Amino acid sequence: MVEKRPLLDVVSHAILIIGALLIAFPLYVTFVASTLSFEEIMSVPMPLLPGDRFLENYTQVLTAGTTTGSHAAVLDMLFNSTVMALAVPLGKITISILSSFAIVYFRFPLRNFFFWMIFVTLMLPVEVRIIPTFKVMADLGLLNTYAGLTLPLIASATATFLFRQFFMTIPDELAEAARMDGAGPMRFFWDVVVPLSKTTMAALFVIQFIYGWNQYLWPLLITSEESMYTVVIGIKRMIVGGDAANEWNLVMATAMLAMLPPALVVLLMQKWFVKGLVETEK
Amino acid sequence: MEKRVVFRSAWLPYVLVAPQLAITVVFFFWPAGQAVWYSFQLQDAFGLSSQFVGLENFKFLFRDPHYLQSFKTTAVFSVAVAGSGIAISLLLATMADRVIRGALVYKTILIWPYAVAAAVAGVLWAFLFAPSIGIVTYVLKGFGIDWNWIINGNQAMLLIVIASVWKQISYNFLFFLAGLQSIPKSLLEAAAIDGAGPARRFWTIVIPLLSPVTFFLLVVNIVYAFFETFGVIDATTQGGPAQATQILVYKVYHDGVKSADIGGSSAQSVILMIIVIALTAIQFRFIERKVQY
Repeated sequence: MVEKRPLLDVVSHAILIIGALLIAFPLYVTFVASTLSFEEIMSVPMPLLPGDRFLENYTQVLTAGTTTGSHAAVLDMLFNSTVMALAVPLGKITISILSSFAIVYFRFPLRNFFFWMIFVTLMLPVEVRIIPTFKVMADLGLLNTYAGLTLPLIASATATFLFRQFFMTIPDELAEAARMDGAGPMRFFWDVVVPLSKTTMAALFVIQFIYGWNQYLWPLLITSEESMYTVVIGIKRMIVGGDAANEWNLVMATAMLAMLPPALVVLLMQKWFVKGLVETEK
Repeated sequence: MEKRVVFRSAWLPYVLVAPQLAITVVFFFWPAGQAVWYSFQLQDAFGLSSQFVGLENFKFLFRDPHYLQSFKTTAVFSVAVAGSGIAISLLLATMADRVIRGALVYKTILIWPYAVAAAVAGVLWAFLFAPSIGIVTYVLKGFGIDWNWIINGNQAMLLIVIASVWKQISYNFLFFLAGLQSIPKSLLEAAAIDGAGPARRFWTIVIPLLSPVTFFLLVVNIVYAFFETFGVIDATTQGGPAQATQILVYKVYHDGVKSADIGGSSAQSVILMIIVIALTAIQFRFIERKVQY
């Protein structure tokens, strides 16, 4: 604090409170809506205090979805989302740490070429190659499979950069000592590189968990069977038509369930989250 | 940057890079190559035959008023999302950097929307603004504003901007807060002793020192508005009404998946790729500068 400015402190708090309220308002309304009955939510204006349908609504969507829109059970969708949210970060960390280890600790023909190939993937997000990627998935028989949902998302230039950057900071003496003691490269990898990279891995995991959980376009393209829907896709399928035709109370209960796991990860692992966010985007 | 100490093996490095490269080739280079290939082809309605048409697809696109309109829509949308997102986050971060009491509470509330999927953010705001039952619509009606984004293009645009900005504020906020906290306190104290008030210090010290972060966020926010807001749009307006919210990415999806126009959609993909490459190049040039800064 540079100086005391009581008036400015009041203004600062006021702005922050207004900002926080605006940010939190949709969450509050969503929660309230998820506890109301269909009739209550259709009355204008809807009640702004929680109703008594919490258990009914959540049980209904978890086991049977909505009645007018999609009938897929949200429990199955949560399972599919969990598979994606775990497989994407684990796969990404695994293949990226291996490839950056090779690129940093070995000299071999085509090394730079491989590095640039990985780099260029930054410029080819799913969004720009929708149709051909869909065709490739269809040709490989990967539509409506977990492999199809996760494999294409685990290639990552940013994770490879991050590990490469981190490996460059590992003192050469460690590799020298390992070599003198007769340890091979993989021994060095397991006993030195992996333990030292734990912080980087944790930060990446948090960011990629959220990324995997929140995927939308990709599962939209390659899942057509209800049993393969992720929860984010499931919400979209519950919205069937005009705004009065939807069972908003059930849609909102599903939205709460879709937001909860990634929000918990952000809040409980805030330190890793901030580190991962600030470092992966450099 | 090269390591002085390296290991020797004729085959091991290739095995280690193989998984990453396999996925890169199969899911990135092969489809991207096909996108370029299709963009020079014209397919019949059933996808049974195709013929090479050179740049016809591109020529057609740039004569198509819908496509040109989509460019304009994307420009308006991304400027609105990046501009308001950055301004609001900077304001909140500056305030959060000042206060001591409750700082952690504010920070926690402000960062959680990062965890919300774009499509879910779209659904939440579509519900708040729903024409017949939305609570915000009800309040607006009290002020005499007739709100119906399903038929009003400008309101639809406003809706997707609000939903997209709401989700992106946390990201910008964290970067600005980190930037503010790295400004040396001695600089601000020296200015205060010289008689510069808070506003003066903000404009002459904080803003210039934050300019690298701001520029970085500008690029990131434009990329976000171009590509990652697909979920917001698909869950709310689906490009409507009358294509008022059909940004470029949504049009690629719409023409390719819903209208099955492979050639046209691929040509649009190729144009988008060129845009991404340009944005990435700008971002990397800037990062080189930031290192020296």
